[in-house]
Amino acid sequence: MFGIGILRGLSTTLKRTVTTFTDDIGQASRYINSVTTPAGKVLQQPPEVKGIFTIQYPEEKRQLPENFRFIPMLVYEEDTGKQRCTACGICSKVCPSQCIWIVRDQTKEGKPIPRPKEFYIDASICMSCGLCAEFCPFDSIKMNHDYELAVYDRFPGLILDLEELSVPTSYYAALYPKAWEAEEEARRIKEERKRARAKKAAEAKAKKAAAAKKAAPKKSAEDS
Amino acid sequence: MSDVTVEKPLPFADAVPGAVIEGTETDVVVNPDKLVDFALFLRNEKGYDYLSNLAAVDYQGYKGRTPEDRFEVVYHLFNTKTGGDGMVMRVRLPEDKPELPSVILVWPGADLQEREAYDLFGIKFKGHPRLRRIFLWEGFHGHPMRKDWKEAYYEQDHKPYKSRWPEGHYAWEEDRAPWADNIIYPKGWDPATHVDPPPVLPKIHEPPVTVEHIKTDRIVVNMGPQHPSTHGVFRMIVALDGETVVGLEPELGYLHRNHEKIGERNTWLMNIPFTDRLDYLINMANNFGYVLAVEKMLGDKAKPPERAEYLRVIMAELTRVQSHLWAIGFLLNDLGAFYTPALYTIEERELILDLFEAVSGSRMMVNYMRFGGVKADVDEDWLKTARDLVYNRLPAKVDEFDRFLTENEILKERTIGVGYLSPEDAIATSMSGPMLRGSGVPYDVRKARPYSIYDRFDWDIVTNDGCDVYARYLVRLGEIRQSIRILQQALEQLPDGPIMNKKPAYVFKVPAGDAYAAVETPKGELGFYLVSDGSDNPWRYHVRSSSYINLNALEHMSIGYKVADIVTILGAIDIVLGEVDR
Repeated sequence: MFGIGILRGLSTTLKRTVTTFTDDIGQASRYINSVTTPAGKVLQQPPEVKGIFTIQYPEEKRQLPENFRFIPMLVYEEDTGKQRCTACGICSKVCPSQCIWIVRDQTKEGKPIPRPKEFYIDASICMSCGLCAEFCPFDSIKMNHDYELAVYDRFPGLILDLEELSVPTSYYAALYPKAWEAEEEARRIKEERKRARAKKAAEAKAKKAAAAKKAAPKKSAEDS
Repeated sequence: MSDVTVEKPLPFADAVPGAVIEGTETDVVVNPDKLVDFALFLRNEKGYDYLSNLAAVDYQGYKGRTPEDRFEVVYHLFNTKTGGDGMVMRVRLPEDKPELPSVILVWPGADLQEREAYDLFGIKFKGHPRLRRIFLWEGFHGHPMRKDWKEAYYEQDHKPYKSRWPEGHYAWEEDRAPWADNIIYPKGWDPATHVDPPPVLPKIHEPPVTVEHIKTDRIVVNMGPQHPSTHGVFRMIVALDGETVVGLEPELGYLHRNHEKIGERNTWLMNIPFTDRLDYLINMANNFGYVLAVEKMLGDKAKPPERAEYLRVIMAELTRVQSHLWAIGFLLNDLGAFYTPALYTIEERELILDLFEAVSGSRMMVNYMRFGGVKADVDEDWLKTARDLVYNRLPAKVDEFDRFLTENEILKERTIGVGYLSPEDAIATSMSGPMLRGSGVPYDVRKARPYSIYDRFDWDIVTNDGCDVYARYLVRLGEIRQSIRILQQALEQLPDGPIMNKKPAYVFKVPAGDAYAAVETPKGELGFYLVSDGSDNPWRYHVRSSSYINLNALEHMSIGYKVADIVTILGAIDIVLGEVDR
């Protein structure tokens, strides 16, 4: 009969509407698994939900995964205040949109110092690809999760300088808990190896020195 | 009699004497004077009925090239019946007279591609019925893909630019070359005396149906570029007789940014995030096509490890599911079922994009694949969600859409018999993807010349003999089911192991030569034709864009239907202007 298909389609819509409400009745509150932050409630889009799921941005926000990337940031050591960046320039060479500008610091004589004097990222050009963070050998440039960047003027509002880009290690550790742990572990192992090597070298040196000492009196004895 | 050195005879010398100048059985350089004869021979006798890709290359300054053979037009031909690796045909042209005969009568699919080569390279195709600029406007200065053409904010031939490090004092591009100072006018052209060229009018086809007792007028209507149903900034100049379409001319280029020129300035690696911006709904598939093409040039050492191969296939098939869902949802939108079906399909798409975001960091601009592997590995949580989606949620949802839409009488009334495209025409006009399979041609790049690990999975090509919009809808629905089948197998077999074959490098050299690699994206065949001169940057980076080439048949499909139907017909092609205009 003509119209059966339409009726069946309409029943699907009706079912969906009803499920949306029954889904909500099932749980005490929509915010049961949410986190409240100063910026608003942070929710997830769960695949278990059968009806409609909508997140009411900007009052509610979506839970971002750790890998989320938006605009680069520069990490500095919190305890010493030292930038991790050595101004090696790899990020500016790998950047597809060429939006990273670095002035390497130098001594009065013109010898380069491994730290950035100026560092700019043109956020209006940045394509958020994350290649800079991927290829940074010093774990210095990382991708920030902050995606609300609107400003009133492009210049200089969207030209982020060293000060605007810098974040402490604790900020990075909070955003990327898994990556932070893995990097710290790798660093610890590296340090240990370095220390072991240094120790071994020191021991070898001491041994050598001792041997030399042993040999020296003999020599002096021979001399005399 | 003197000694005759026994030379290996040139291929096809008996069939078309003097056509082939040099080459092998599958890669020939053809004399432009004999091009059409040779093309006819290849199509009729050898079965190369499908012109997949037509690309022009400018070899100015390339090692071993002279002004005598500065330009090269490359044709990639395939056989839709037997599949296989196909054939490459090249025509070399001198600098002072880049002219060759058009092959539009042999393969009508050459239409838009020849216009593109004319626009961007200034190569003239003799015998093309409407050889006009397609992306750029009439009167544009020069041909931008030529090596000696420089763009407005030109800084350096290749990235990375020297001004960025170590003395990277920030400078705004617009300050360096202020607006109005960066314009080069064509010779003898003056803005004060400029007169616009006459407007383009579509060729009128006589309507197949005339209603005698209604008096109708002929009018020309501009549909687009600001029209919600053209899926972006696309304009159709439509000639109408009453409500019937009697002529149609697509106008594009509103989103043109010369992706291919940008690709030549970039290093090989930098192009990966740029491919995301081609068809911005199927980013993973774009990545896939590009890395395959570069890996083909790099040879065996770039072969990705097993786990990476599986991850690539999983991502590509998830992309197919979400793109087809989007296409179906918005086809219904074009039909007038505003937003309810579209939002139902977008829900499932959201969940798939969540998976992409969790692994790659971005929902759409994924930048996920690398030469010789993928960027990030998936963890147990990710796999659990993916399995849940693939085994439970998606199959149930596809059934729900089927129940919801397929038998709906309004949908059937509006789509059955609309936009007819016969199988012969579909092949001739180089259609690909669901457009081709909706006309009953079982041609899928994944089966015709299997790439990656597609030959390991058990799945079928979905075809439908309807040749209309409804058939294309059914093919998409069927392909979602087949993708779910592939996904289930891939998730089950996913091996452990590394995801990159070696530590990724940001600058590396690619051996000199050229390669064409294509993948079956949800929209059709996406191919990358790359030429390298052995340096850090591509010499030529050409995209065989499926959305763009699928527009070849738009005029043919629309003639004789009502003006409301062309929205549906265009919706069923499922174009994305990011890839059409490039």
